[in-house]
This record gives sequence, C-alpha cells and structure tokens, in this order.
Amino acid sequence: MYARFHPLLWTVGSFAIVFAIWQAVVWLFAMPQYLLPGPGPVFVSLAKNSAAILSQTWWTAATILAGFILAAAFAIPLAMVIVISPLLERLVYPPMVATQSIPKIALAPLFIVWFGFGVVPKVAVAFLIAFFPIVIDTIVGLRSIDPAMLQLARSMGAPPHRIFRKIRLPHALPAIFGGLKVASSLAVVGALTGEFVGSDKGLGYMLVQASGNLNTALLFATLVVLSALAMAFFYLIEIVERIAIPWHASQRQHPH
Amino acid sequence: MVQDAKSVASREHTAFIELSRVSKTFGTRDRASTLAVDGVDLQIGTSEFVSLLGPSGCGKSTLLSIIAGLIQPTDGEVHIDGRPIIAPHTNIGIVFQSDLLLDWRTVIGNVLIQFEMRGLKTEPHRERARGLVRSVGLGDFEQKYPWELSGGMRQRVAICRALIHDPPLLLMDEPFGALDALTRAQLQIDLQTIWQTTRKTVVFVTHSIEEAVFLSDRVIVMTPRPGRIRDIIHIDLPRPRGLDVREQPAFTEVLHRVNHLFQDMGVIRA
Repeated sequence: MYARFHPLLWTVGSFAIVFAIWQAVVWLFAMPQYLLPGPGPVFVSLAKNSAAILSQTWWTAATILAGFILAAAFAIPLAMVIVISPLLERLVYPPMVATQSIPKIALAPLFIVWFGFGVVPKVAVAFLIAFFPIVIDTIVGLRSIDPAMLQLARSMGAPPHRIFRKIRLPHALPAIFGGLKVASSLAVVGALTGEFVGSDKGLGYMLVQASGNLNTALLFATLVVLSALAMAFFYLIEIVERIAIPWHASQRQHPH
Repeated sequence: MVQDAKSVASREHTAFIELSRVSKTFGTRDRASTLAVDGVDLQIGTSEFVSLLGPSGCGKSTLLSIIAGLIQPTDGEVHIDGRPIIAPHTNIGIVFQSDLLLDWRTVIGNVLIQFEMRGLKTEPHRERARGLVRSVGLGDFEQKYPWELSGGMRQRVAICRALIHDPPLLLMDEPFGALDALTRAQLQIDLQTIWQTTRKTVVFVTHSIEEAVFLSDRVIVMTPRPGRIRDIIHIDLPRPRGLDVREQPAFTEVLHRVNHLFQDMGVIRA
C-alpha cells in the first residue's frame, strides 16, 4: 500500500522528519545558536547570504567538475592501457599504487607551493583523489569478462581492437560508472580541501570564514548548499548512467 | 546390437574433421604439467552428429577447443575440410554452456553480432536473422533484451548466433548443461530438428549419457583424465527421435552399455 505514494513524497517526508528531530534537539537541550542553530536561523542565513553563497558555489562547482573530468579523462584510458598491455601494467601499476598510499589531502600544501593560490592546486587535489577509484573500477570492469566470451569473439574472426570496442568496453561500463560515482564524492572532498588550505574563494573558504567568525548559522547554510551541490553532481552522473547503460541490472525498471 | 548396415554407412562419410594423434599437455615451468588429452585419433564425417561423452575434466572440452583452433595441441594435427587448423577457425558456430549473450543488445542484435565481429554490415542479414529467430520460436522476442528471456530462450538465441552465418560446422560445449530437465528435453528435440534441416556437422560435448545417445549418430566415450577414446558407439535409432525413443529397448540397451563402460573405467561405482 506504501507504493501509492509518489517517490518524491517519501523524499520530502524523510527530510521533514530530519528537520523535526533537528528542531527538537535545539529546543530540548536549549542549544545556543553559536553551537547549533535550528533549521529556521539556518535558512534565514541562507536567504540573506544567497547571492554570496551562489557566487562561491559556482566557483567550487567548477573546481569539482574540472578535477572530476580530468580524473576521468586520464583514469579510463590509463586503465585500458593497463588491461591491454601486460608490459605497461608491470611498469605503471606499482608506482600508481604507491602514489595511492599517500593521503592526497596531505599534498594540498605542496600544491600551493607549486601552483600558488589560484584554482589550479584545488583542481589538482580533486583530480588526484578522484583518479584512483576510476582506474581501479575500470580495470575490474574490463577484466571481469567471461574468457569463453573472448574465445567466441575470436572464433568470429574479430581482431582485438574490435573485441575491445564491441564487447569488453560496453561490458565494463557498469563498473566504470561505479567508479565515477565514488570519484564524484571524492572530487568534492578534494576541491574543499584545496579551498581550506589556501583560498579566497569557494564554499570551502566560506566555511573557514564562518567558522572563524563563529557564524554557525552561515556555516550550516553553506553545508546545506554544499551537500545539495554534491547530491546534484551525483545524480547528474546517475542520469548519464541511466542513458548510457539502460540494459544493466541496476537500471532496470521492471525486473523480469 | 545397435550396429547394423547404417553404422557402416556413417563410417563411409568423407572425413570432414580429422584428428590425428592429438595430445594436449597443460602446464607451466613452475607447475607440474597435466596431460589433458592423450593421442586422440578421430574422423568426423560431413553432416554427422557426434558427441564427446565423458566425466568432468576428461578433456572433452579441451578437445572441442582444439577442433575450434582456440587451443593448439601439444602434439598431433587437426584438419577440417582438408586444411590444417593452426589458428582460431572462423567458419564455425560455437555454443557454450553459458549463453554469452550481450546484455546491451536485443535478441536480433545478439544474433547479428556474428557479422559485426567479422567487420561485415549487418543490414543485409537482418531479414535472415529474423527468420532464424522466428524458426526457434522467438518471433515475439526479437526486440527483447537477454534479461527479459528465460534460460532456454537465451540458449536458443545463442544457437541462432552460431548458425546465422551458415557455417558447415557447429561446436557445442555442454550447451544445455545449465538448463532444467524439461527445457533441456525440448531443446534437444529442437536441436535435432535444426540439425536435420540444415545438415550441419555437429560436435557436441556433454557428460549426460542420455543426451549423447538421444542426439548422436556416434558417441565418442572418453576415459577420465588423460582423455583418450575408450569406445565409439554407433547409435542407429531412427530419426526424428521423439521423447518416446527413450523408452525403447534399443535406447536403454545403449545406455546400459555406456554405463558399463563408465563402470569399467571406475567413473561410476556400483
């Protein structure tokens, strides 16, 4: 019977419950506003600072997007090369894994030394942190093909490049999208870290400012916008995924 | 017994496939090597339906891969239609136990992949593909995706994909092994019909004695690893064979005989 309600109603309802609990906590424990403002003051702050927040949002969104697109643009071809060539795999894979063990966030101060205080170090952190899951998932996707499928393709006289394009790559798409989705949230973390470390722009900078001024309402307002941005980004990838792989089990509307 | 004049006739087929002293050893420098197939001599005639029957791991699938040119034998030679097989043979259709349908392609798209993989245009073959799909009872499912089909339907599509380019030879590696008993019985009958109308040469790998006897002109009984030919049994039951053939004394007699062979080899313990 629950199916009668529109899915949107569920979303709205669950958020309403969260806000109610939030408000209840504020009242119940008589929270001072500098520690935990209620939903009311947060949205007032959001409305009051909307112009400033919006301009910073564009800045951060552009940084996230740039880091993410660069990561995907380098990670997917690299994964393909690693899968195709055992030689390059042996050459590239160990240093790549070693690099992965460095906490990327710790590189942000270094990038500021190298690239200054502009957008470049932020994009660089977002890029680095989003890079690895895409490589790994793409490799897994390309490798997880039934060997019999490759035999069948060879018996059809297909050259390796055609087997790759027509069978291996489409087969790997669900895994690649899995990696892209993980990378999308990591790119947000990377961009924010870059902005924390040294910036005069972006939502990360706003958070640091609001924290310094004990403007907790603005801090929460920025957090709300930030999570909305991250969610929008995630769903954008889901929409692309739905268009790209409507055939995959995760996308089927009517299970058979 | 079941051997009579007709079995003599089947021996007189011109040898379409010829295996001479075929052996295959698997193994690497660091691991002990295993002899999978040991000195197999076999001739298969044009339009003959031959089963390779044996216990799991007896090398029958390896032998099929060798015929397909997907695996090179360590020793011996394979000739098909007089030509040595030294690379993947492409003038064949293969059906594996797994249907290997591509999830992102419709039924028709999965059949036509055969041409795409060969770098050919698919449009000229679309009508024939439709006809073939209809002939296996999937006319209403042309535009469906594999996940919308049952296991039996999926395997029918795989058979269509193996036949669409009209190869003279069909290699089947336990194609019905993953199906339930009823679906399996139906597909065996359908395969017989396909074979009788197209007159392809079929090499069929199975570990089901009943299946091998029901379908084949000849059953090649193989030993456990290393795979050797233990016996070749001619099945002279009249065709088309229906479900009732399984109850005929001649059929059960052959089953009995094969069972005894496996008992002698220690594959089945009484």
